[in-house]
Amino acid sequence: MEYELVIGLETHVQLNTRTKMWCGCANEYGSDSNTNICPICLGLPGVLPVLNEAALRKTALTGFLLNCSVPGYAKWDRKNYFYPDNPKNYQLTQLDFPSTVDGYVNFESLGEIVKVRINRAHLEEDVGKSFHFADYSGIDFNRAGVPLLEIVTEPDINSAEMAYDYLNALKIILEYGAVSDCDMEKGQVRCDVNISVRPKGQSELGEKVEIKNMNSFSGIRRAITYEFKRQVEVLEKGGMLVQETRRWDDNAGVTDSMRTKEDAHDYRYFPDPDLMPHRPSDEWLSAIREGVVELPLDRKMRMMSQYKIPHESADVFVREPLLGDYFEQAAKGVKNSKSVANWVINNLQAKLVESGTTIDGLTFSPAAIGELVDLVESGKISSKIAQEVFNEMFKSGVSPLDIIESKGLSQVSDTVQLKAFCEEVVAANPSSVDDFRDGKDAALNFLKGQVMKVSRGKANPKMVDDLLREMLVD
Amino acid sequence: MEIDISRLVKLARIELKPEEEVRLAPQLGEVLGYIDKLNELNVDDVEPTAHASPLSNVLRKDELGDSLCRDDVLRNAPESSNGLFVVPKIVE
Repeated sequence: MEYELVIGLETHVQLNTRTKMWCGCANEYGSDSNTNICPICLGLPGVLPVLNEAALRKTALTGFLLNCSVPGYAKWDRKNYFYPDNPKNYQLTQLDFPSTVDGYVNFESLGEIVKVRINRAHLEEDVGKSFHFADYSGIDFNRAGVPLLEIVTEPDINSAEMAYDYLNALKIILEYGAVSDCDMEKGQVRCDVNISVRPKGQSELGEKVEIKNMNSFSGIRRAITYEFKRQVEVLEKGGMLVQETRRWDDNAGVTDSMRTKEDAHDYRYFPDPDLMPHRPSDEWLSAIREGVVELPLDRKMRMMSQYKIPHESADVFVREPLLGDYFEQAAKGVKNSKSVANWVINNLQAKLVESGTTIDGLTFSPAAIGELVDLVESGKISSKIAQEVFNEMFKSGVSPLDIIESKGLSQVSDTVQLKAFCEEVVAANPSSVDDFRDGKDAALNFLKGQVMKVSRGKANPKMVDDLLREMLVD
Repeated sequence: MEIDISRLVKLARIELKPEEEVRLAPQLGEVLGYIDKLNELNVDDVEPTAHASPLSNVLRKDELGDSLCRDDVLRNAPESSNGLFVVPKIVE
């Protein structure tokens, strides 16, 4: 029997606010343990948390970027459970009135544009971090109270690859919106995977297995592949799947059961009495809407059609937004924008890496790259000389035209001068001349190379080819 | 009102002696029965609310405030080590 996968993802993303969700303690990774802490972080009796406006703003902006709507009323609830990393014995979250709802993400997966619906993106708080020692555990509460956005999809994902592509697409959208730094190493993006299998064609969903707290996209892809195989095997053997929570062991490459439905948590949600609801005003929302940026996929499509560049190039500019912005400035008014793209990706990027500089540190303007491309296009310099000009430009910041003039690098297209170069080379290489006349075409390339050498790379290659043939065939 | 006292004990992470369970279960039932009186109210025309106060949008700017020094943070901890709260080893 053929089986199909049904996957929904809950992605937790730390917002990059300066301070925590309910208090003015720093939202900062890497501080000394338990130093970004106040009575509110510890949930001491009598404290009053107050909502961080920036976190609400970043949440609404994320909502817009994910095509969600922002309801006129949002509130916070207490999710009650005991766990050592949870200082208050409840987590503040949004149960039934989340800040954003009903959106979708379009992204590319396996060469197609696919869509995953977003159920909601709601705002909650992160918990502390545990460290495990031989006979005790230690808790650092610096992370407790950091604003955490939970982005919940509908079960629209049907393969490990699609889950992987969704997560990468989501990450880059959040980076474009500058709502989160999305640093995986720092645990700023974590994911719960809900996964079930069912015989192909069956509309009813299979038993749901949740894999908790995954922190790498490639790990998620592997875990899904493993779970699909495991669940299908159980069913094939005539077994029954149970609703349960499993854990992914990345080293062993397997999942194992943490708890089944019987001992599932009973969170006893209730409205938080200390936090007042949020009713976003129209002015507040329209100010946020102004911060909505072009989405990565839209940017890619636009760049491909506007500049006639291949999708590989557009992908680079989507992944490296600053490089893309630079390209767009460089391509302004230049006819061969595809060539500009190649210069930016192949030459500029390589040079930046090689010299350890960033785009901000460049001493020449983007227009200089456009100028360089125009000079090659018009035949004023050869592409080989253009390399030389580029290297010089990168070093000194002088404009291409000035470099060409001061160094006398203009391409020689003057027939008389070119003829002189060719005659010199023909006279000096009689054996190659004979070879060519005997029908060895390769000999012509050798002679051409010699002419380029004599002209110090400035001879117009097309004209040299014509001239040499003319001379040798006679 | 019936109370599942053993489940409640488990959720609240407390221990009760059997005789305490026998005594407390009916008492808690009575409390719930008292609160249950609210169900007699006709609330057809009343909008649900999460708060009695009409306030909303109580917000603060994203500006750094004071944190406690670490000694104060850990002062009430039964045990601490290397700047961490020490808890029984977590195994799930």
